[in-house]
Amino acid sequence: MIKGLKKWRLFSLLAVMTVFLAACGEEHLSTLRPAGSVGREQFNLLMLTTIIMTIVVVVVSIIYLLAFFRFRRSRVGENVMPKQVEGSHTLEVIWAVIPIILLIIIAIPVISATYKFADVSAMEDVNENGEKTALTVNVTAKLYWWEFEYPNQGIVTAQELVVPTGERVYFNLMAADVKHSFWIPAVGGKMDTNVENLNKFYLDFEKESKDLEEGVFFGKCAELCGPSHALMDFKVKTLSPEAFDAWVASMKATEGNTASAESTDLGEATFANSCLGCHAVSGVGVAGAFGPNLTTFGDRNRVAGFMDHTVEKTADWIMDPEYYKPGNLMTDKYNVTEEEAQAIAEYLMTLSVEK
Amino acid sequence: MSSVAQKKSFGAQVWDFLTTVDHKKIAILYLAAGTLFFAIAGLEALFMRFQLMFPESTFMSAGTFNELLTMHGTTMLFLAATPLLFAFMNAIVPLQIGARDVAFPFLNSLGFWLFFLGAVFLHLSFFLGGAPDAGWTSYASLSLYSPGHGIDFYILGLQISGAGTLISGINFIVTIITMRAPGMTFMRMPLFTWTTLVSSTLILFAFPPLTVSLFLLLVDRMFGANFFDHLMGGNTIIWEHLFWIFGHPEVYILVLPAFGLFSEIIPVFARKRLFGYSSMVFATILIGFLGFMVWAHHMFTVGLGATANAIFAVATMTIAVPTGMKVFNWILTIWGGSIKVTVPMLYALGFIPSFVAGGVTGVMMAAAPLDYQLHDSYFIVAHFHYVIVGGIVTALFGAAHFYWPIMFNRVLSEKLGVITFWIFFIGFHLTFFLQHFLGLMGMPRRVFTFMPNQGWDLFNLISTIGAIMMGIGVILLVLNVLLSIKSEPVNRRDYWGDGRSLEWALETPLPFYNFKQTPLVRGYDPYWIEKHEGNKEGMVYAEPLGDIHMPNNSILPLVMSIGMFIAGFGALYSPWGDQVIAGTAKGISPALSVGLLIFGIGMTVVAMITRSAKDDLGYYVTKAEVEATEKDLAHYRATGKKGGNK
Repeated sequence: MIKGLKKWRLFSLLAVMTVFLAACGEEHLSTLRPAGSVGREQFNLLMLTTIIMTIVVVVVSIIYLLAFFRFRRSRVGENVMPKQVEGSHTLEVIWAVIPIILLIIIAIPVISATYKFADVSAMEDVNENGEKTALTVNVTAKLYWWEFEYPNQGIVTAQELVVPTGERVYFNLMAADVKHSFWIPAVGGKMDTNVENLNKFYLDFEKESKDLEEGVFFGKCAELCGPSHALMDFKVKTLSPEAFDAWVASMKATEGNTASAESTDLGEATFANSCLGCHAVSGVGVAGAFGPNLTTFGDRNRVAGFMDHTVEKTADWIMDPEYYKPGNLMTDKYNVTEEEAQAIAEYLMTLSVEK
Repeated sequence: MSSVAQKKSFGAQVWDFLTTVDHKKIAILYLAAGTLFFAIAGLEALFMRFQLMFPESTFMSAGTFNELLTMHGTTMLFLAATPLLFAFMNAIVPLQIGARDVAFPFLNSLGFWLFFLGAVFLHLSFFLGGAPDAGWTSYASLSLYSPGHGIDFYILGLQISGAGTLISGINFIVTIITMRAPGMTFMRMPLFTWTTLVSSTLILFAFPPLTVSLFLLLVDRMFGANFFDHLMGGNTIIWEHLFWIFGHPEVYILVLPAFGLFSEIIPVFARKRLFGYSSMVFATILIGFLGFMVWAHHMFTVGLGATANAIFAVATMTIAVPTGMKVFNWILTIWGGSIKVTVPMLYALGFIPSFVAGGVTGVMMAAAPLDYQLHDSYFIVAHFHYVIVGGIVTALFGAAHFYWPIMFNRVLSEKLGVITFWIFFIGFHLTFFLQHFLGLMGMPRRVFTFMPNQGWDLFNLISTIGAIMMGIGVILLVLNVLLSIKSEPVNRRDYWGDGRSLEWALETPLPFYNFKQTPLVRGYDPYWIEKHEGNKEGMVYAEPLGDIHMPNNSILPLVMSIGMFIAGFGALYSPWGDQVIAGTAKGISPALSVGLLIFGIGMTVVAMITRSAKDDLGYYVTKAEVEATEKDLAHYRATGKKGGNK
């Protein structure tokens, strides 16, 4: 009877916990609200381990509290001399075996998932024309921004990763300067971007980001990489396959785009003189630029990964990037007046492939 | 020769501490230094929590925050937890095994001074142009890139300090193996001695990899070598492996003695023999062994491949088995006992659920595919603080209350202790429990700020409030220590009334030679056995009263350490350093740099030669002097007055 009661308590506790956990955090950011198969499988592992581990904590705590309340000196009497027990082999064997069983229950899905997540063999699959069938994105982490190159499409973008839903996206991850770590919590677990070797993994994106509160998933850098580590955010836009194909096409259409120094627009002219050396405005190309590609600047959710996406903030950022992102490599690379910065910001807002 | 007879001048007392080789005094030195650095690192933590109290806070700059997080981690692990545990090892282990000192008293002193001056060296970085800022793990690509001298302070400070720790570790191994009283077989050793032995063995094997990795980073940064520079064929992942081959056992170096302390506290206040002693010993050794085998679980996201991840995941999980055995053994020690809830017991009781909670999240992180989500998020911050604060810090606080009567012949106030415990304990859970959820909600660790509207605001605020409570708890503990100075001396043996092991058989204040006659150990829990056979002295003796051999004090350990300290500055400001050449850090002239190096190392070497050339055989306390000292002490205990008619 008492045993049944305890069980009932336990299960209701777990049910409450599951509901609580699954509702925790923002939809665009929380690992507890997975928006992809990798994230969901990791969430399931989280639930499995949490349930087992909560049972362990609860059982241990119950035994412990029972022991504590039953055998307090104020209860058993001041002069009681307890029996000096040496130990019990039976008991010791029991609590060696129980954890082993629990660990086996955890270890099996862990090992299978480990191999599953590491399987990137489909990256090399080709169709009859010799073109790779899987969508691959080359991610390069830099101080303090992200470059995303689509080698099969011949396009490159930065700060905002755009991916289709419903298909597996493969990632080649690397860092250009110091080690970073690529993490989209709501979609799936992270992978380090090392400086000396390429890491590969895949993620599935199941939910279109336009329904989200922010319109994008949030991505984070998870490895300490210098003063502005905390600000090295990126955003992920997930589109339906058709919308993604349209996006790729409009990115390709920006081929040859450039800013003209002779332009009557002060912003464009200043941009051409002061910024074009590092920042491209054409989405066609390869990775390796010194600064983020700005072709999609007007479509973005944030400036510099974390600031409000407004002309005013953009101008502030251009005037003093060191203040907003200490230790970044943009500081002191150019010289513009406040008026020019304002004009550049207005010009940048016109750079768009989606409108 | 009496230990209590003369009232010494202040200068003489300072000199006494600078030159002492007495394990009890070195314990006090470790305790004082460890407390100092614990306070510094605690303040650093508080400042960080203030910064994270609200989103977009501008309380401090990003660079300062990174310096604080690096120094907090480095200081807490190397310069606070380690020395505080060494303090209790030094104070208690020789007494538990019936020894008059450690095996190498001179090295014991050298170990302390190297640790202390290395720590001071590291902390001078705050005043000399910037502290290290690449995290306590100092991962190579960032630590090579980091401008200024911060990382150089880290490398040299830890190198000096680590040498001290290694020396002390070796000392304890030799002490425990060779200096046990007659009859104290390995399987009669108290658990704290056992854990000290295993933990010292871990130090012996884990610190050399640290030394090597620091050395490689040193030559990379200062002499342009390319071990970790990937542009020149180096590999930063080698640093990660080397660091964690040291870094993972380091966790067990700290937590095993904490287990040992609880294994001493719980039986005393349960008035019952430790349940499953032999399985506790077995579990200790197994944890020590496995601690070495699982370092790569810190690197699941590095990209080692599925097979490596799977192997290290399963290997890591197995540690839960011996650890679980320990927890159940502690609970079964309570079961059927007669529990008295004193302050040390309160810490032990608080430890069990907190540590279990920290342990099970460890199993969760060991699940590699799940760790892809948890790694480097606030979840891990919560996990390891549950282990380190819930395990090690509670052990240290509990042990301080527990052993204070032996170490200082004073007691810490119970009332204040209980208040301290509750404030600290509630603050601790308030700070770290919610951090699990912050991690799951996508908050990376080591961030100096965060933007609003990510769902993190409230939990961060609560976390900071908890941290403030922990700070108040620590202040109360320090206050308790200060109040105890003026309190009544204890002057008795077995302060808690239910002492079991040999250290409780000694009457406080202890004479400087500990045991006037070496005890004979007739079983596990020797004092308990003697006490219950009606032996008033608490022990039987293995030898008649006679002359006692003791080591001489020496200033040489301090001189050697100062030499290394000076040489450290010669290396730090070397004009050939990468950062000096790049112009981000100050250098000095080649002559001055080499001069400092030669002078510093020369000073150490000269001190070593002096030590070797001069036969220092110690001295004998004659039987008459021992008798006089015992009489003095008895007089003092009876009347509270120092000195008889000396």
